[in-house]
Amino acid sequence: MSEKVLMKGNEAIAEAAIRAGCRHYFGYPITPQTEIAAYMAKKMPKIGGTFLQAESEIAAINMVYGVSSAGLRVMTSSSSPGVSLKGEGLSYLAGADLPALIVNVQRGGPGLGGIQPSQSDYFQATRGGGHGDYHMIVLAPASVQEMAELTVKGFELADQYRLTSMILADGTMGQMMEPVALDDLTVAPMPEKPWATTGTGMKRPHNIVNSLFLQPEELEKFNFERYERYAKIEANEARFEEYRMDDAEICVAAFGIAARVSKNAIDEARKQGVKAGLIRPITLWPFPKAPFRRAAEHVKAMISVELSMGQMIEDVRLASECRVPVSLCNRAGGMIPSPDQVLEAILGAAKGGN
Amino acid sequence: MVVFQKPHALTDAPFHYCPGCTHGIIHRLVAEVIDELGIEGKTIGIAPVGCSVMAYNYFNCDMIEAAHGRAPAVATGVKRANPENIVFTYQGDGDLASIGMAETVHSAARNENITVIFINNAIYGMTGGQMAPTSLPGQVTQTSPYGRDVKACGYPIRVCEMLSELEGPEYLERVTVNSVPNIRKAKKAIRKAFQNQIEGKGFSLIEVISSCPTNWGMTPQAALKWIDDKMIPYYPLGVYKDRSAQKEEAK
Repeated sequence: MSEKVLMKGNEAIAEAAIRAGCRHYFGYPITPQTEIAAYMAKKMPKIGGTFLQAESEIAAINMVYGVSSAGLRVMTSSSSPGVSLKGEGLSYLAGADLPALIVNVQRGGPGLGGIQPSQSDYFQATRGGGHGDYHMIVLAPASVQEMAELTVKGFELADQYRLTSMILADGTMGQMMEPVALDDLTVAPMPEKPWATTGTGMKRPHNIVNSLFLQPEELEKFNFERYERYAKIEANEARFEEYRMDDAEICVAAFGIAARVSKNAIDEARKQGVKAGLIRPITLWPFPKAPFRRAAEHVKAMISVELSMGQMIEDVRLASECRVPVSLCNRAGGMIPSPDQVLEAILGAAKGGN
Repeated sequence: MVVFQKPHALTDAPFHYCPGCTHGIIHRLVAEVIDELGIEGKTIGIAPVGCSVMAYNYFNCDMIEAAHGRAPAVATGVKRANPENIVFTYQGDGDLASIGMAETVHSAARNENITVIFINNAIYGMTGGQMAPTSLPGQVTQTSPYGRDVKACGYPIRVCEMLSELEGPEYLERVTVNSVPNIRKAKKAIRKAFQNQIEGKGFSLIEVISSCPTNWGMTPQAALKWIDDKMIPYYPLGVYKDRSAQKEEAK
């Protein structure tokens, strides 16, 4: 058992990124994720890396685009309103097949919203956020340890499949402190990047990093090729955790902080004689469809517990092919459902209510 | 015997530019400078959005196509990733002085060690001739059909003058390419902008006053004359900042 250190979730992301070989960070201050920038500002100059506070979220994501073009691991982090500004860059990164890691420590919205935890950027993260046909790998940590582990995984998957990975956390995950075993993190070696713009050295034809294809036949071809890669990701990279699902009659679907609240409610429901279980998606894209399809064979009902007006619930319905009723148990605007609220929803669903 | 040749830093791809457009001349000047400095193998160019969007097909060095206005931010990333690379952006007036103004100002303020080639032809060419941030007062464009009304849409921006107020940038010069002597001066400025980067001096921006006969609605020759008659009086040529020279003088 390796030594554990007490860290904030945001700090764990920053430290894990450095351990994953990221030496370039660009960001713009926004609550509740600024600890990531502060950590990078302290650490990067001491290890020969770059910390740069950009003039805007837009500039930061385009600096990421530059470093990624040069073939190096690079990241930026922000919170909901800032991630909206990065939407343009996310689309360009996708169009140019550039790997990068983006962290969204979500807060309540829309608009300037608030600074309390939220999961209401689920659609933005899993459906794109920018224009055009594209996906990001979206990772949803539910502990500070996972904040670190999924950061490393995010870099690895981004390089492997040449796309952006997003850590979709929330204000609770970013701000809370838990013990983390950093020495347990293993980092796969970075793949070769023969496409990177590092200079021809007069030894090869020039590389071009680009997302403009004016011939529709050509642009269509690249879209189809990209979606073949996405299909591989959907087949191989869906991650989830099942909790007490074996004999469950009620299936709770929740990620991040909502999953932790739900576990308490599930334990209490079982004490009261209702067999409840949890499927916790760890990847939100690709969404783990298989466990929901399986669960739909033996549960009476599903409940999507979310810190939003109900966004993941659409994927739960699609994955379970609407074979069982799916209801929503939610708070929004920066509020978190209590275990009692989730318990009530479980008991209600067990009685056949909705 | 001297044989006229295409610079090695240009590919064989034929330019798509309109007849009489000065982008071709400026591409060539940049390529000649890259050849003369022997830096093609380590140079990374950043293309903009606008008429020169496809510059990535024309330069033989590694190239990146940036989002509209973001070239200096992308260049910042590339340069920070590999400081031994020579990084230049090639941007028009809409790209650099409108949508990308923040990236322009802040990369200059940081004295980012990059070279910016800024093409000012006072109009959006690619989209068919709309008003640019540098369109002259009274200039007729598709989106200022009665002439640019400064009461409604403000005054054109003089980029070199504005940036010269910043502590950051190393070198700012405005040139034009409407005559052979001016082309020679422009090449000298572009060369200095790359040389500064090689010497680690920081941010150099060369503003090149250019023509757009198609969207100005003129013959190529009339457009070159319009530069002398209308553009240069508003955008005077010259060096707006040369920090190294200032330091020399101070000694």
